[in-house]
Amino acid sequence: MRDVIVTRDLTKRYGNFTAVDNLNLTVRQGEVFGLLGPNGAGKTTTILMILGLTEPTSGQIEVLGYDPTRQPLTVKSRVGYLPDQVGFYDELTALENLHYIARLNGLNGKNADTRLQAALEKVGLQAVAHKRVGTFSRGMRQRLGVAEVLLKQPEIIIMDEPTQGLDPEGAREFLQLVQSLKEEGITILLSSHLLHQVQAICDRVGLFNRGRMELVGTVDELARKVLGRAYRVIVEVDEITPELTETLKAVPGAVDVHPLEGNRLAVEAAGEIRHEVAQAIVQSGRRLLGLYMEAQNLDEIYAHYFKEVEHGAR
Amino acid sequence: MALAERVQSRREGSPWTGLWAVVAKEMADHLTSARMRILEFLILLTAGGTVYVAMQQIRSAGISEQFVYLRLFTLAQDPLPALVGFLVFLVPLIAIALGFDAVNGEFNRKTLSRILSQPIYRDALLMGKFLAGLFTLALVFTAIWLLIFGMGMIGLGVAPGSEDVGRLLWFLLATVFYGGIWLALAQMFSVVFRQPATAALASIAVWLFFTVFWEILAGLLAQALHPIQFGLAQEILGQAQLQMTLERFSPNTLYAESMVALLNPTVRSLGLVLPSQLQGAILGTPLPLSQSLLLIWPHLTGLIAVTILIFALSYVLFQRQEIRA
Repeated sequence: MRDVIVTRDLTKRYGNFTAVDNLNLTVRQGEVFGLLGPNGAGKTTTILMILGLTEPTSGQIEVLGYDPTRQPLTVKSRVGYLPDQVGFYDELTALENLHYIARLNGLNGKNADTRLQAALEKVGLQAVAHKRVGTFSRGMRQRLGVAEVLLKQPEIIIMDEPTQGLDPEGAREFLQLVQSLKEEGITILLSSHLLHQVQAICDRVGLFNRGRMELVGTVDELARKVLGRAYRVIVEVDEITPELTETLKAVPGAVDVHPLEGNRLAVEAAGEIRHEVAQAIVQSGRRLLGLYMEAQNLDEIYAHYFKEVEHGAR
Repeated sequence: MALAERVQSRREGSPWTGLWAVVAKEMADHLTSARMRILEFLILLTAGGTVYVAMQQIRSAGISEQFVYLRLFTLAQDPLPALVGFLVFLVPLIAIALGFDAVNGEFNRKTLSRILSQPIYRDALLMGKFLAGLFTLALVFTAIWLLIFGMGMIGLGVAPGSEDVGRLLWFLLATVFYGGIWLALAQMFSVVFRQPATAALASIAVWLFFTVFWEILAGLLAQALHPIQFGLAQEILGQAQLQMTLERFSPNTLYAESMVALLNPTVRSLGLVLPSQLQGAILGTPLPLSQSLLLIWPHLTGLIAVTILIFALSYVLFQRQEIRA
């Protein structure tokens, strides 16, 4: 897999404030990469530097092999950008808005028309193509933003907080759209703080804090790093006894055992140990009433991680 | 340091990529906007009114001399001033209206980052907006000029002479660039101020300063810097000259003087003339166009230079601006 975005020791300072601090980020072709972090962590600044819209103080960036500070036109013609606040000319129709962007991209005539229609169709806005954008809802604007990005047939799409301000249904539809773009082979870099949504579509995520990207990896990897476990097996038994807890703690791979409400126990583990847990319970003479594995929750990782960081800072 | 880096790493690609797309879009916006309709109505009203009055006067007085078309622009009858009198303040008003929300308007509509993430440089956006404004001004005034010619032909029954046409074309050029100054200024304020209303107010403040206060200030400054101590002719002359030089810092003065020289062919000098310099001159005879042009060449150059200067300043400011909120 080719690395399509690479930054090396990328730094941006505004006066004494360091917005991005020696960032080393690599995004591979075809993946969905999530930038996560609190507001002011440097996500948007990073995105603007990748697009060549802000000049880095030091460090290098390579996007598809080009340098965005020296070859911004090449980079911007291959990379689509959806800002956190998508604005359109309200007095123009959706089609007119897109037409302007097409012309800025040097598209004219028939070629432009086919692409315009294809883009509108992809995001499901053909029916309102001739309506003024002023009448559009937030979700429709967001989708029109995607249509605009698709016009240039990009290899990479960068989205800044794409689901912010969307209602749950709108957000779900939007993430489906992102998923389908990924299936077309487009690399996607998105920033967000809506973690459970990001979790569903991101191949890898990077945790941002105070201008630094502290952790990178898949959600499972991060869970192992931050929480010391990647899996949580929930079991329901007829009765919880101290012996049972001890037995479960002794199961190879188990990290911790703690009781939940009812007759349920949570077994934190570094690996997949459902079978071993079941076996241990049955052998200890208890009745196993239920067993299931909880998926990793990015929210938890995130909260845990930033709590640790804060403690460390104090 | 940032500058040194920028010099080393030259950007690739033309800064004009996408320029004409911006010009076309902005011009379409200008020409269909309600703001422009109001201004067009205003200027049509003044042009129609003043030219009609001027025609009445020409007919009743039976003026059958040369340059009757120039008279359409300059004849006034109380209480209505001549068209040129209106132009001095209508042109800045229109130009400011076209420019005061150029950049901050995009910013407030959240369209700026979206537009700049297209494969164009910032140069193209700013230049495109400026050119669109200038072309709109040119279009509107050309239309007004043609309309006046039309009214003249129907009302007076005389075809315009080549001298009339030539002088009025140059006057049109001066008018467009006089508008260009205020357009560039309004656009600069639209880069500096986030609120369009503030930018509009700042532009109008500068315009008011030059229209109302600069003349008074120039007089006071000339008195202070060049006081008349003994009442000598030299002193009086020196002071008057200084005052005139100071007044010419105002684009209004530059425009008004080029207007006088272009529309009144008998004007032979815009400065002070000593009787000794008039020796041998046949007063009241018109100058040919080329001589009148020579007279206002510095004024025209000044108008265009100031336009470019202000544009360059807003260009530098815009290039350094962060596009995020």
